[in-house]
Amino acid sequence: MIQPDRVVQTTCPYCGVGCQIDLHVKDGLLYRVNGRFDSPVNRGNLCVKGRFGFDFIHAPDRLTAPLLRHDRGEPFAARHATTWDAALDHVAGRLRAIRDAHGPDSIAFLLSAKCTNEENYLVQKLARAVVGTHNVDHCARL
Amino acid sequence: MAGLAATLGSGAMTDAIANIVDADLLFVTGSNTTEAHPIIGLEMKRAVRKFGARLILLDPREIELANFATLHLRQRPGTDVAVLNAIAHVIIRDNLTNLNFIEERTEGFDAFAASVADWTPERAEAISGVPAQDIVDAAYLYAHARNAMIFWAMGITQHTTGTDNVKACSNLALLAGHIGRPATGLNPLRGQNNVQGACDMGGLPNVFPGYQAVADEAIRRKFAAGWGVPFETFGAKPGLTVTEIIHGALKGDIRAIFIMGENPMLSDPNLTHVVEGLDAVEFLVVQDLFPNETAQMADVVLPAAGFAEKLGTFTNTERRVQLIRPAIEPPGAARPDWAITLDLAQRLGAPWQYDGPADIFAEMATVTPQYAGITYERLERGGIQWPCPTAEHPGTPVLHVGKFTRGKGLFCALEYRPPAELPDEQFPFLLTTGRILFHWHGGTMSRRSPGLEEIAPEAEAEIHPDDAARLGVAEGDPLRVTSRRGCVVAAARLTRRSSPGMVFMTFHYAESATNLLTIDAVDPTAKIPEYKVCAVQIEKLGIRNYELGIGRDTEPSNPLIPNP
Repeated sequence: MIQPDRVVQTTCPYCGVGCQIDLHVKDGLLYRVNGRFDSPVNRGNLCVKGRFGFDFIHAPDRLTAPLLRHDRGEPFAARHATTWDAALDHVAGRLRAIRDAHGPDSIAFLLSAKCTNEENYLVQKLARAVVGTHNVDHCARL
Repeated sequence: MAGLAATLGSGAMTDAIANIVDADLLFVTGSNTTEAHPIIGLEMKRAVRKFGARLILLDPREIELANFATLHLRQRPGTDVAVLNAIAHVIIRDNLTNLNFIEERTEGFDAFAASVADWTPERAEAISGVPAQDIVDAAYLYAHARNAMIFWAMGITQHTTGTDNVKACSNLALLAGHIGRPATGLNPLRGQNNVQGACDMGGLPNVFPGYQAVADEAIRRKFAAGWGVPFETFGAKPGLTVTEIIHGALKGDIRAIFIMGENPMLSDPNLTHVVEGLDAVEFLVVQDLFPNETAQMADVVLPAAGFAEKLGTFTNTERRVQLIRPAIEPPGAARPDWAITLDLAQRLGAPWQYDGPADIFAEMATVTPQYAGITYERLERGGIQWPCPTAEHPGTPVLHVGKFTRGKGLFCALEYRPPAELPDEQFPFLLTTGRILFHWHGGTMSRRSPGLEEIAPEAEAEIHPDDAARLGVAEGDPLRVTSRRGCVVAAARLTRRSSPGMVFMTFHYAESATNLLTIDAVDPTAKIPEYKVCAVQIEKLGIRNYELGIGRDTEPSNPLIPNP
């Protein structure tokens, strides 16, 4: 049996039940998941996704660099990869220009029911306090 | 969630998962719990098998829970209000009400009682197809139970009458007094892992974090002070919802959209419309793990870290705030969404400084009353259910004990309204959508897991064997399913789970995107689209699936770029 380099307790990212799981890691790879028996939510149980549905984290098509293109007509390719500084400077510049020209309510933010509380808090704060719009929503309705 | 906010003052699940086994009656409607929330489904089955609880299922399909149900009411999709009104009618007619509870803790009873006076079980039967006697039995079982829990999910809310459906459930709990104690209450099962948290954090156009209304001047002043920005920064008018944002993009009102961790190109209704909307904006930024359908349309794509690569918190369906912890490094240059957002805010001139997620959480807790007493230090020792107002408070498993958030529980008189689009001669079948056990939502995660993909590799359309015989369709035949908005191809699955005249499909498969078919008619209050009912026609295609290349390809559908 493989001996893990470490075992990390976390929360399953699939549905709203919030099962507590242990991620077993070897050489930087996630190779095994088990349910936590000390969790009042799942009492050690896991469904098929929670036990076997984590290959996506090491999927070969994960995004690994910011991509920036100036013509939406051309499909993304390796040459569109850029640095964080270049990508975020561009995003900030375009958002500022659009806000100055058309007002803050010409910009909208879609948050995520898959991201953390901290991330959602920060993006809605960015929308409301920095850009100045309440155009903030996510897929709660979907 | 707007329904419960109106009747109780809070839109969240009122009870805890751990209390399910203590209920002696479970009323489940519009939730295929064993497939969409399997571990809660497990608790329900345990309550029935091990602890003798009874189960009433109100659902058009013969889902797994039907095997555990004392009573299965199979209503026609979209007729929930008729059935629930009739159950209320019987509870009042036969004096099964909890009069003390109604007197002490509710308001609006008399008007409500008058409104259901003519909702006889027979009238509901004519509309819904549920036998009148079953409606009477359900009323007695629910009202006579010592502790009864009502559960629902998107099967109740994803209708143009979604808010009314929720209020109709709420009326039952108030009539019988099944709320405000352990193992009772109104329990909407939230879909995504952190949809509760995203709502709690103000990921909605009308509220700041903690459901504090943007329309309220005192609240705007509080946030201006808390965030150190001028009061004038905040408008008093709520912003736009997802559906309105897409409409706004088409009209030219919305010029830029920033999307974090969502794929509206798969999950939104009437996809053709979404494509046009995203195409119309001047500037589109997508921040995600994968080059998904939406990212393919963006000007800038930002690589985000996944759940196993970052620190933070999720809030589950029972309001339990729990930590996620980093186990591995993000690939390449990918970074956590919070770090990207922080960088972007600083570039837009905001003087933000955070040491990390714990620091962000601590600030959030100062402006969000429900989270005020929660800290990372406490969460290290286990999850906490909000509201948790102080550092000593243990958290709140059961809401509305002794008093509702809004004071008194509000009865709501409801009229039955049929769905926006019903079958007709041209589109004779009723399409309803949902999930299966092996995949999740748009499939971004589950379809990249070979084990799951092998079990459920292709989109299926469930139809009743009688309909199949009439159309000459055999198991596995490719079907073209067409609505007024688009068409998709899926493999026929013959099953009695769906009634004759019904087609059931999931939205897990990008190559057969069911939301090309669905209608973007929305509930007038909650603005939730009616995914659960639209009209379609089906026809058999002359070729087998593998010739179409459907579902046999387990490679990621959008290999974009390798490491630069």
